Amino acid sequence: MLHLLLFLIFGAICVAGAVNLLVQRHPIQSALSLIVVMAALAGEYLLLGAEFVAAVQVIVYAGAIMVLFVFVIMLLNAAEEEHTAGSRVAMILGVPGVTVLGLLVAWMVVQHSNSPSVSPAALYADPTTHGAPATIGTLLFSEFLLPFEITSVLILIAIMGAVVLAQKPQHGKEEK
Amino acid sequence: MIPLSYYLVLSAILFACGVTGFLIKRNIITIFMSIELMLNGVNLSFVAFAAQWHALSGQVFVFFVMVVAAAEAAVGLAIIISVYRTRETLNVDRVNLLKL
Repeated sequence: MLHLLLFLIFGAICVAGAVNLLVQRHPIQSALSLIVVMAALAGEYLLLGAEFVAAVQVIVYAGAIMVLFVFVIMLLNAAEEEHTAGSRVAMILGVPGVTVLGLLVAWMVVQHSNSPSVSPAALYADPTTHGAPATIGTLLFSEFLLPFEITSVLILIAIMGAVVLAQKPQHGKEEK
Repeated sequence: MIPLSYYLVLSAILFACGVTGFLIKRNIITIFMSIELMLNGVNLSFVAFAAQWHALSGQVFVFFVMVVAAAEAAVGLAIIISVYRTRETLNVDRVNLLKL
């Protein structure tokens, strides 16, 4: 019962943050509500027995990635967004469409699953569902070693790409 | 005891919010944040299914998704900076030419 209550609280915070992201006009306020969503999602992961994922969610997502976003918003001095004809069309057609789609998916999930229940206590007791850092680490360095190594190459490429893309264009060199 | 479908419904709601933001927002940074919201919604269903099927691979996959999202954020924000440098706007409706 307590777990269900926790789920509902975190879920409500998640949905409120996501809706606030859509409602706010200023990008910095959207970024802050996205941080709220991610922090609340970390709570949901804890309820699912995913300790490691919850920690990484806070450190990488709510920490690193969102700091990058806020940094760029501040750097570019992003102002309130202006509304154009295209955005009004998207608002009129998109919002009802996506709402219907979301409700449809939710209805199908609720109706067509015999809906097994998960209890956090059982998840933490079972080593096949408890995502402790040691377990995830063992899996990462045995079964998923190749993807893990490829990811490090991807990160290296991303670093180089970000540096090349964000540097000032060097006109002097090109003209020579 | 929390029914697993609740997690999937929450994940669907987050994903739908992300799609809506992608459609209605006109600021390129906010659009990018909506994509992150969609990724988060998908991550939640990954973890939920990992709990249901007793497969920790789902959680490892979430880890990979996060790494790719970090790389994507770095490159994407660099692209946004360079777009802003050449066009001096963040509104996607005004960034409609391939060439300056």
